[in-house]
This record gives sequence, structure tokens and C-alpha cells, in this order.
Amino acid sequence: MKKSVDVAVIDYGMGNLHSVSKALQHIAPDQTIWVGDDPDTIKNAGRVVYPGVGAIRDCMGEVRSRGLDQVIQEVAKTKPLLGICVGMQGMMRHSEENGGVDCLGLFDDNVEFFSSTFERSGLPSGELKVPHMGWNQVAKTHDHPLWNNIDDGARFYFVHSYYVAAQSCSSAVGVANYGIDIAAMIARDNIFAVQFHPEKSHKDGLQLLKNFMQWDGVS
Amino acid sequence: MGLAKRIIPCLDVDNGRVVKGVQFVDIRDAGDPVEIARRYNEQGADEITFLDITASHEGRDTTVKTVEKMASEVFIPLTVGGGIRECQDIRRMLNAGADKVGINTAAIFNPDFVKEAAERFGSQCIVVAIDAKQVEAASENSAGRWEIFTHGGRKPTGIDAVEWAAKMTNFGAGEILLTSMDQDGVKKGFDVGLTRAVSEAVSVPVIASGGVGNLQHLVEGITEGHADAVLAASIFHFGEYTVGDAKKFMAEQGIEVRI
Repeated sequence: MKKSVDVAVIDYGMGNLHSVSKALQHIAPDQTIWVGDDPDTIKNAGRVVYPGVGAIRDCMGEVRSRGLDQVIQEVAKTKPLLGICVGMQGMMRHSEENGGVDCLGLFDDNVEFFSSTFERSGLPSGELKVPHMGWNQVAKTHDHPLWNNIDDGARFYFVHSYYVAAQSCSSAVGVANYGIDIAAMIARDNIFAVQFHPEKSHKDGLQLLKNFMQWDGVS
Repeated sequence: MGLAKRIIPCLDVDNGRVVKGVQFVDIRDAGDPVEIARRYNEQGADEITFLDITASHEGRDTTVKTVEKMASEVFIPLTVGGGIRECQDIRRMLNAGADKVGINTAAIFNPDFVKEAAERFGSQCIVVAIDAKQVEAASENSAGRWEIFTHGGRKPTGIDAVEWAAKMTNFGAGEILLTSMDQDGVKKGFDVGLTRAVSEAVSVPVIASGGVGNLQHLVEGITEGHADAVLAASIFHFGEYTVGDAKKFMAEQGIEVRI
């Protein structure tokens, strides 16, 4: 059955997607927000959100077993696509979580573990807690339509143990620091992805989602 | 600048109403949970913790509806604890819109439940709640000893609170919500010895809870207890201070907060 929806939130059976759809519904009450895994509906949606929580192996496993990897690759070329948290990590080339997992490769970066990095850099154990949990500042490194009406240095809610290093990430448009500079927002063509949870980041998070809803996908 | 210390108002909810007790008894009504959560959100709360203290099944259904309503209006993280005994309970709360669940008694009776839950839902949404009482005062040789109690503080378990926190972290807990039962509701400040001992023993964030009576207490939880977040109920519920007042005061004391 083919449905026509304004926004498709990809549901691949992991975690809490309700907060994403509730936040979208709150800022765009007139739009149809659909949550599901039907490839045709996702391909025909006006814009697509690829969220995620939990472990990357399970996330990628579920995405692939439902054939959604191909769908996301296709959507990334044709319409605005927003990756959130593990969704953003799933867009990278490879993650070192779960002993190493290949991801979608929409970006050429790798996902690393905070604890290993802290250990390597000789940071005393427990100095910085893992997960990186709470409200951190994001510095604007490049302008982008999704930064509209959001201050440079605004705080967003993060909760994650794995990260993409900002230094090597040429697509980063927002950077946060937690022992190391991490890519908090990345963008290229029709793709925008965030490591934090905009749906849980109060006014600035809702503003970012509003900006996404108004974005035509050309950065 | 970097990660902010969090201020978390806590709602103890019984049958759809926010209540507050002193040392887990002597309950006072404080209002409608959704209305209160909305108010704290506007004041700049960093998260909301919702502790369901309802005993009945009907009350649990009310809780699910309240969480759903709260999650469609308040866009900050929401932790729900109380009565979480199996994965089905976690699924139900996450589906209702909770971001994290607090596991307390069930972890004591079946520690593997925490492991199972963390594997299935991810450590980021598993908070292990610990209710501890001091059983040995601090001395020259030790920082003191705290034991875990269940059943509203009536039943000792013989489990050392600091060791337990470390074990739960190894089992996959992503955060520890640490309540001092000696201090709860008496408004004399956190048990900073307990808070510091646990915070230093685990690699995950620790939320200090129990005992806040003024804004200086919140500061002490961070500076002396080394907590990553501070939780309080009655100072906010009964209008003594707003969350904004608390953040302003903490910022003046040099603590990084989200304003």
C-alpha cells in the first residue's frame, strides 16, 4: 500500500521513535508524520528522518534485514534526510562499536569509542564520564540553513558513548567538545545529521527540527 | 565551556497526582504532573524524573497515560521509574515517550535484569536507582559505609551501596540515581560522602538525590559530592525556588549550567 506522507520517520524496530514523531508533530501540526519501515512510503515521503538509539550492530542489522539500507542511500540523493544520534553514526563508513561494524558509508568518517580515546590520551579514569550525557554547547563551524535562528554555542542534549572526531570530518558544520572535538552536526547535499537529540533539546532542538521541515535539501 | 551540570526536578506520582513525602512517609499533594512538568520545562529544567509510586494496576495505566501526555508537550529528557520489573515494562514506558527508565528493586532481586535490559534497549536508557542508608560513620580509615535498603527503607539487603553501583555499571547501567534515605525529605542537604564515594567508583554519570533544602545544597552535590546532576523535589514543588533561581545561583558559584 502506497501512502503519501510529508515526513517519514524510519522505524527499524529499535528504541524510542515516538519522541521524534511527537516533536515533529508539535512543530508541524498540519503535516503528516508517519513512522514505519515500508520502503515505498519512505521513498515517496517529502522528507525523511533516520533516528536511532541502542547498539550499532543491532541497528545496522535491522536496517539491512528490512532492505532499508538501499532506501536510505536512494533517499539521500533525492530529498532532505535527517540522521539523529545512532542514525548519524549509521551514515558513517565504519563504527568500532560491537567489535567493528560496517555502516552505510554516506560519509567517509569512522565512529570511535570515547573510553578508548580517553585511555590513549592518558586522561585519568573517570575524569570524563562515559556516556557523554547532558547539555553541551555546539560551536558553529560552517553556516547552514539548519542553523537558522539558533545561536552559535547553543546547548543540545547528548547521550552517546561513540563519536565522530571533528578534526577529520570535513562535513562538520557544528562541533562540541568532550575531551576531544566531536562532530555534533554534519551536512552534505541533502543530508543533515546530528549526534545530539534535537527532539529532546527544548527550544533550540525544536528550532532545528523546524529548520529541517523548511529546508529544500540544498545546502 | 563544555558539558553542563544538570538540574532535574523529580515528580513522585501516586495515582496521577504529584506527592511528596518525608523519609518516604507523610505524603503531601503537590498537583498535576503534566502541568508541573510543563512549568519546570519553561523554567529551564534539564530533564524530568517521574517516579511512579502507585501500587495498583489501575494506577499504572494512569501512569502510562500521564507519561504519554507529558512527552507530547515537554521536549526534554524524561526518566520514568517505579515498578519497572521486566523488559515489557521498559518497552511500555519507552513507547509512552520516556527516554530512560529507572530500575531499583528488580535489580536487587535479579541483577541480570539490568544486563538484559541494557543489551536490549541500550545502556543510555537504563538508570539504576539506589536507595542507601549509612550503616557506618566516616572515620580516619574509611569514608563510611552505606547499605542498600528496599521496601521504603524498611528492609536492609546487606549490599554495600558503592560496590553495588560499580557492579550495576558493569552490568550495563548508563547512569546511577543515588538517593540517601537518611537525608530524603529532611532538607539538610545531600549525603555528600555517599555521593562522592559512588561518583568516584563508577565511570557513568551519577545523579545525587535526597535532602535538598536550599540552593547551596545543590552546589555542594556538585562541588563536594562530585555528582554530574542534582535532583530535587520539594524546593521546586512548593514554590520556594524556581529551576531558574537554582541555575542562576549555581552559575554564580562557578558551576557550568545551561541557562
